[in-house]
Order: sequence, then structure tokens, then C-alpha cells
Amino acid sequence: MSALEFLLAGTLAAALPLLLAALGEMVVEKTGLLNLGLEGMMAIGAAIAFICVYHSGSHGLGFAAAAIVSAILAMVFAFLVIFVRANEVAAGLAVGVLGLGLSALFGKTYESLTITGLPEFGLPVLSQIPVIGPTLLTQDVVVWLAILGTVGLWFVLNKTKLGLIITAVGENAEAARAIGYPVAAIRCAAVAFGGAMCGLAGAYASTVYTPLWADGMIAGRGWIALALVVFGTWQTGRVAFGALLFGVLSLGELTAQAIGVAIPSQVLSSLPYIVTILMLVAISRHRHRASLQ
Amino acid sequence: MRLQLIRRDAASRLAMFGAPALALILTCLSSLILFALLGIPAGKALHALLLKPFLSWYSFSEVLLKMAPLLLIAQGLAIGFRANVFNIGAEGQFIIGAVCASAFPVFYPDGSFPMMLPAMIIAGGLGGMAYAGIAAGLRTRFGASEILVTLMLSLIAVQILNYLLLGPWKDPRGFNFPQTVMFPDNALLPLLFENVRPNISLIFALGASLFAYLMMERHFRGYQLRTAGLAPKAARYAGFSAPRMIWLSLALSGLAAGIAGASEVAGPLGQLQRSVATGYGYAAIIVAYVGGLRPIGIIASSFLISVLYIGGDSATVSAGLPVAAVEVFQGMLLCFYLLTFTLIRFRIQITRGATT
Repeated sequence: MSALEFLLAGTLAAALPLLLAALGEMVVEKTGLLNLGLEGMMAIGAAIAFICVYHSGSHGLGFAAAAIVSAILAMVFAFLVIFVRANEVAAGLAVGVLGLGLSALFGKTYESLTITGLPEFGLPVLSQIPVIGPTLLTQDVVVWLAILGTVGLWFVLNKTKLGLIITAVGENAEAARAIGYPVAAIRCAAVAFGGAMCGLAGAYASTVYTPLWADGMIAGRGWIALALVVFGTWQTGRVAFGALLFGVLSLGELTAQAIGVAIPSQVLSSLPYIVTILMLVAISRHRHRASLQ
Repeated sequence: MRLQLIRRDAASRLAMFGAPALALILTCLSSLILFALLGIPAGKALHALLLKPFLSWYSFSEVLLKMAPLLLIAQGLAIGFRANVFNIGAEGQFIIGAVCASAFPVFYPDGSFPMMLPAMIIAGGLGGMAYAGIAAGLRTRFGASEILVTLMLSLIAVQILNYLLLGPWKDPRGFNFPQTVMFPDNALLPLLFENVRPNISLIFALGASLFAYLMMERHFRGYQLRTAGLAPKAARYAGFSAPRMIWLSLALSGLAAGIAGASEVAGPLGQLQRSVATGYGYAAIIVAYVGGLRPIGIIASSFLISVLYIGGDSATVSAGLPVAAVEVFQGMLLCFYLLTFTLIRFRIQITRGATT
């Protein structure tokens, strides 16, 4: 296979952990909170999922356990920020460090063991298309489910009353409380959802993408996911697009090969962060101006 | 039913000492339970974590060695945190400081550069300050969140470090290891004591603590910064310039982190290598909070966290505790601190029935 074919085959899978974690965080941020603990929540999800799959052989069980455990960790953040009114930056980092530490602690005896990943299958008919059929359109079941889930999330956020309430809570919590929405409960639910999504993202990384557990395997994906939410300006479609883009970039060397230029891989690895800073400037400047008028 | 937090009138002294103490006790208890569940001999682990560092001069000196960068960085960060300027990227400023300082011994490996050591420390400090300055500029000019910008800059700094160590700055005779040449003697910080590693960077850190204390508790500028944090509107009415607070906070914290980075390569490492990025910048955030964001508290909390690091090392040997336990301990400590601090400062009132 050429580098391009590898890229086509690998991008969706590389993008998936970023996509799931970023969509979860996007919902959290839409309700007006910022949880910086993504990296830790993904790590604990990855460890728990690996342990579950290793013992039970069931990926479904692994994903479910990862989602639950990461959501519980996220609730620590929710509790500290919403009920105890702790500083959200500190609380997010605390949860992040805790998650990273716990994942290494639980996963220690599972280091360097392996499990089997998930089989890939193509979309009927479409997977017969040359080049993209056997590569881009042949993926594991989680990828297909995640694409469905992304569309579902877009629908909920943009076309339903629940989506409106979430946006209202984020944009003006006081007003939302005044018209009787349970702001704290909605924020808690969003944080739990964000945690569960991080758990799923971690589970994918450790049981499907590279079916093994290693300490530090999340390797900054949580931070990229955080960057993605900004990059995608809090809109489902753009976050999903960004995940694909950052997914390609995370395949660094391969991408450089495919586009045929010799760029140091560090430049490619920095791109998501540089792009995010530029996006932040662009968005904030817009708002900065609007507030002056 | 509705829970409300009511601010207590006079409990600040209790909160200042009570919260960290209570948090430490809760953390110890929880980790005892956690270790027991994981089949780690809990008593042995806790003994190694909290007592071993005090049982030999060598371990204690290692605590002081760890404490220097943590204390220095945390003092810088706390100034900003109190003014609601969240520099989360001390790790990046630390790395850039280390890189800038390393330029001198990398280009003059024979040590022929006059004033090598002062030049390195100054370059490190200025480098860290300039790197933090990017975030200050983007915040004051465009309103871009310094939380995210400093965080992203940290991740970019790691890539800059990797690029230099794998490329132009790699030691040509270093068997392809990603590290620079070993620094010449005049690029190394003088040691404080014979035969152990703590160096004069500890003096820098204590000096910074004194500076932070004088500025934050005794000087008008500190009052302005604290007001900007507690009551931004009041600060604006009083005519305290918000951009100046942001620049000042980020410049000072960047300077401190940069000097810490320079001291790390000119100290225990003796060369620039990947392991310079071991998370001091992130740990210092925890140190700053657990120290109550106050200069004196931070001296105590940096000491405590350093004890945990060194104790963690010995616990890996004597109690089979994984290295990650130190992270767990830090994470729990900060969570419990955030919890206990609020509960000591506020009391919970339960109102039944009608919501407001």
C-alpha cells in the first residue's frame, strides 16, 4: 500500500479518540464550564477498558465500563465546581492528574499484555469502490457507530429543545435559572456526558486502535481534543471536520510522505496547537470587536 | 430542597491552616484504602512516602533539590492566579527557559564564553518571560483566553525541544541519544552542600518567595493584583489597568518558570535532554493551590509535594508502589484541598421547599 492508502485507511481510526473526547468536551463547554481533565479521563477510560476486555473478551463491556468510570471521575470535577464552587481550572487539572495516576496504578500489571482488536468491515456495495472502498470505507464497528453518534449529537444540539436548553444554560445561566431550568443538574449531566465520551475515546485507543495498554498511551490526545473544541468553534460539524484534520496530522511522518515534502514531524505535531492559537485569536478578535460596537 | 453555601464571617485563618491539613489527612486515608484494595502493603507505602525522605541526609537533600523548581514556578503562578490570570503553561515556559539557557553551552561547549552561568540564567528567565508574553499579548490585544494559549504553547514547546534534540543540537558524539553535549564546568550552578545535589537555585526560589511576599502582601501593586482577582469591576473603577495586570502576572510567572528551567539544565541535568519536561510546570499549579496561593503557604506546599516525589521513589523500591502513585496522591490532595477550603470558608445551609 502507498502512504496515501495508509492515510485513507488510518485517518478515521486516528481521528476517532479525538472526535469522541472533543464532542464530549464541546457539550460541557456549551453549558458554560471548562473541564481541563480530558487527558486523565481518557487515560482512565483506556486502562479500565483494556482490563475489562482482557478478562472478559467483550469489547462492549470494556467500552461500557470505561464510559462509566470516566463519567464518575468527571463527576468529581462537577461536584467541586458546581456544588463547592471551586476554581474550575484547578479542579479540571486535579481530575486530570488523578485520572492519569489512577490509570497507571490500575494498569500497571497489564503493561505489555495484548488483546485482539475489532474486525473491520466495509459498507455494503460502497466498499467495492476502488482505492477508497477497501481503505476509507472499511473500518471497525466503533467508527461507524461514532459517525452515527456525531450526526445524532448534531441533531440533538441543533434541532431539539434539549439542545436549546443546553445553549441557554451556557449563554446565560442566570436567565436560564430564572425561567426554571435546573442549571446545576444540566451542567452535571453535561460533565458526566463529557466524561463518558472521554472514556469511550480512551477505550477505543487502548482496545481497538492499538490493542494494548501502556502508561502514557493517551499521549496528549486529550489536549488536542481540547484544542479541537476551539478549532471547531463549538459546532458539531466543524469539530468533526477538525478531528479528521488533526487525525491526519497525528499520523505525522506518514502524512509528510503522502504529500511528498520533507517537513520535520515536530512541525506537523505542533500544527494543531498553532492552528488552535490562531483560531482563538480569530474568534476572540471577532468578539472583541462586537463588544466594542 | 436546596443547598446553599454561605460565606463565613471570620474563618480565613482556620481555612488557611485547616484546609491543607485536613486535605492531607483525607488524602492519606483515601490512599491507604486504595493501596489496600490494590494489594499494596499500605502501611509500608505510606511510611516510605511520608517518612523515608526524612530518614537520611541524602534523601532529604533530594527533597530540597526537587523543591527548588517547584517553589520558584509556583510563586510565579500564584501571583497570576490571585489576579485571575491563569497561566497553565508554566511547563512550556520552563522548557523554553531550559532551551534558551542551553544555547550558551551548546555553542561554547569548551566553556570559553565569559560569564557563562549568569548569561544562561538571564537567557532562561527572559526566554520564559517572552514565551509567556505571547499569551499576554494575545490576551490583551485580541482577548484570547490565556488558559488555552499557554496550554497550547506548552505543547508546542515540547515539540521545539524534540526538534532541537533530534536535530541541530544533538550531541554528535552522544551515540544518537536525543541530548546535547554535557555542559562545561562553568555552566553548572554551584552546589549548596558537599556530596549532595541541591544547588543555589534553592536560593533563587527562596528569594522569589520573599519577593512575592513583599509584593503581594506589602506593596500597592500586590493590592491591585488581588483586587483585580477578587473584584474585577472594583479594580476597573479604581483605575487599575487590566492589561497591565495581565502583562505583569504573565511576565513574572514566565520569568520564574524560565529561571527554573535554566537551573534544571545548569543543575542536576548538566545538559539539555528530553527528561527536562517532567511536568514541574503542571505540578507547580497544584503546589500553588495547595499553598493557598500565598507565598508562605507555597513554601510549605512545595516542600510537601517534594517529599511525596522523593518518598514515591523510595516506595517504588520498598513497597512495590508504582511511580504513578505520586500523581494519584497529588490529584487527590488538590481535590480534597478544593473541597475542604470551601467547606471551611463557607457553611452549608439546607433550605427546604421553594427555590428562589
